[in-house]
Amino acid sequence: MTPDEHSNGYLVGSNLERVLRAGHFAVTGELGPPQSADGEVIRKKAALLRSYVDAVNLTDNQTAIVRMSSIGAGAILVQEGLEPVIQMTCRDRNRLAIQSDLLGAYALGMRNLLCLSGDHQTFGNHPNAKNVFDMDSIQLLQVVTAMRDQKVFQCGDAMKGQEPRFFAGAAAAPFADPVDFRPYRLAKKVKAGASFIQTQLVYDVPAFARFMEKVRALGVHRQTYILAGVGPLKSPAMASYMKKDVPGILVPDEVIERMERAGAPWAGKKADELSKEDKKARSEAWKKEGIQICIELIQALRQIEGVAGVHIMAIEWEEAIKPIVEGAGLYPRPVVPAAVEAAA
Amino acid sequence: MIIAEQKSLDELKTLVGSAQKVLVVGCGTCVTVCFSGGAREAAITAASLRMASKLEGNSKQVSDVTVQRQCEWEYLDPIAEQVREADVVLSLGCGVGVQAIAEHYPQTWVVPGLNTKFMGMPTEQGVWAERCAACGDCILGLTGGICPIARCSKSLLNGPCGGSEAGHCEVNPEIPCAWQLIYDRLNSLGKLQVLMDIQPPKNWRASRDGGPRKIVREDLRLVVEKE
Repeated sequence: MTPDEHSNGYLVGSNLERVLRAGHFAVTGELGPPQSADGEVIRKKAALLRSYVDAVNLTDNQTAIVRMSSIGAGAILVQEGLEPVIQMTCRDRNRLAIQSDLLGAYALGMRNLLCLSGDHQTFGNHPNAKNVFDMDSIQLLQVVTAMRDQKVFQCGDAMKGQEPRFFAGAAAAPFADPVDFRPYRLAKKVKAGASFIQTQLVYDVPAFARFMEKVRALGVHRQTYILAGVGPLKSPAMASYMKKDVPGILVPDEVIERMERAGAPWAGKKADELSKEDKKARSEAWKKEGIQICIELIQALRQIEGVAGVHIMAIEWEEAIKPIVEGAGLYPRPVVPAAVEAAA
Repeated sequence: MIIAEQKSLDELKTLVGSAQKVLVVGCGTCVTVCFSGGAREAAITAASLRMASKLEGNSKQVSDVTVQRQCEWEYLDPIAEQVREADVVLSLGCGVGVQAIAEHYPQTWVVPGLNTKFMGMPTEQGVWAERCAACGDCILGLTGGICPIARCSKSLLNGPCGGSEAGHCEVNPEIPCAWQLIYDRLNSLGKLQVLMDIQPPKNWRASRDGGPRKIVREDLRLVVEKE
């Protein structure tokens, strides 16, 4: 990429930005780096995502469990010719570390950034750690966009030389409490500089449609690209767990029932009454239904005004991306050359 | 006030170690009010250590005394004799009290009997909750009188995060979500528009992050004649 890559009216000119600006329904995926220093894991997962998504999110010590860094994994993706979306949380780094990591990430060829507050460290495998939270996600967005657009560090010092230019995004939790405030908090993130939004997992389309109605009333859907979060369910237990135990995720009973019906031939039997083959067949049946539900969700979400794409979270099940993207009629992915004039 | 809780008897025994003469010093201020280090707790702690040492066949001399305010040197002068006689002083003051004794009596070995927890208040009989993190630059005027630095698990200035559910924090259902409280309060006061302003990164230098803090009030200092 050249220093002129942000010409043509693009902020950055990343593939994700080009696809969105061209008006295509974008598809991003998610890749969880390993709890090891094995780069082959990234390459293998990258192979599963290649050509099926426009950009790949790399999680940043997701759920506060130590993993290969998102920037380290991102460098491998760049080598592999895939476009990363670097996730950066405020939990582990202060403003010095964040800015220096961003300089490094840009120098290594990364162009998209998702700004997050971060899961609290007590959820992870180092619950006795000191957290940082020097800034929050909204302040991080301001810092990233000021580095890009004004060439200044957070302290106000002017930057000499190449500034890091990131297509900056943020997360949204449409169903977390206080629900009435969520569209406004999304608006704050956009005001702070979020060019795209990736939402928490959506299983309840009518509830998401109601959220989007409020977002549209604020005009926010015209100021940012909203990618609805989707993810294939692996089992009825996973669906029930998310419904009960994960804040901000709504899973309608119909979805859980569909997953249960998929496993009906093996229903009523305890784990030790099922043979290995039975268990495998049941798991396959559940996964097939999970993928089908995900495809239907994408098709329904695509009909909602203001939804610019989907973010598919199939962590530790990256194989699911291909059938989901194909099944939803989103393959092949569009190619938007950098040289083409951007749609106004 | 400062809220503290007692260390376990096992830890106290370890801290006291082989010392024969032990002086337990209670404090009549915050830790009396939160039932962790007042005269009553000092007497009970002394009795517990006496009994424990007796059971172990090595009876220690354990006495107790409580001062009105352990965190001011002038209140420590009247116990000078007892402190000097002791092999170890077990302070039931907060961390400030422990250090005040150590600083005032440089020759005396002082150990803490409490874990100082936070600045807070009782919310019901027997329950205390954190309210202030002493960030040094109060923002309660922006948040309806509810502190997100002390009460949000992530100290977010532009909350709530996605982990707010049914009024509580995802970290622990016992923790009310500070940003839900802020939202509800501003809503009931008709001031929700306050939340539309983006709060910039905080100046943490005013807090502990800027190094140990000190306040000098020239108007209150005693003038010292220069030679």
